[in-house]
Amino acid sequence: MSLELIATLLGGLTIGSALMVVISKHPVRSVLYLVLTFFLISSNYILMNAQFIAIVNIIVYAGAIMVLFLFVLMLLNLNTENEPKSTLLVKVSAVIAGGLLFTVLIAALREGVVMAQPGIIDANDQGLVENLGRLLFTKYVLPFEVSSVLFIAAMVGAVLMAKREKQTVD
Amino acid sequence: MVLSSIFQQGVSIEYYIVLSSVLFIIGVVGVLTRRNAIILLMCIELMLNAVNLLLVAFSTYFGKADAQIFVFFIMVVAAAEATVGLSILILAYRTLRTTDVGIFNKLKG
Repeated sequence: MSLELIATLLGGLTIGSALMVVISKHPVRSVLYLVLTFFLISSNYILMNAQFIAIVNIIVYAGAIMVLFLFVLMLLNLNTENEPKSTLLVKVSAVIAGGLLFTVLIAALREGVVMAQPGIIDANDQGLVENLGRLLFTKYVLPFEVSSVLFIAAMVGAVLMAKREKQTVD
Repeated sequence: MVLSSIFQQGVSIEYYIVLSSVLFIIGVVGVLTRRNAIILLMCIELMLNAVNLLLVAFSTYFGKADAQIFVFFIMVVAAAEATVGLSILILAYRTLRTTDVGIFNKLKG
């Protein structure tokens, strides 16, 4: 099987499952389709020699964030009956707006790519942990440390909100 | 055998541009049409992943690993955003008993 056929097949599956995220009426089904989308995007990463990003994508998104979403959905006990519906006018105008944005994006990006030349690709292991880790801890060490501050802020915020919620219950 | 990147084997970069644009548009349309706030957060995650896909495609295309570091940072920000957003949603649900964004207009003066 040729590589182009595999890439096209993976891309089609990715778009299909991403569409199902938006179309599905039941929120839990929508979360599960999003997990499937993340796995398909990870397989696209593997196809592009980005193995570390692929594994991190599965661990962080499918493993942590989506489990958080599922927990919240099951905590809130949402189902199809009380799922808020939007009107047909909103749906049609949203699809038209999306189509217009797609046209603008493609028209803008097409010209730029024709001018861009591909680089000399000699390092096939550029997506592995060794190369990325060296880059992360030398060139990008300051953003890496700042992101830990961001995580502390997010953690403190989440704990603070959970605590305030407990006081209102008491 | 050393594998070369897929862009040297006939897959064009335009294909990945179109793919990630379509994924981004699906996320935008989801944000515009759905009214459940949790689905809205999920569509934002979908848009972030479309951008990640394009960054990785260009990283492979130009043979530079810097863009993959940026993908890493986008994932960090997305995790923090999902945590805080979901905890705000749970608090709003406790008081309003709904996740409909049409009801979340009580902050209007």
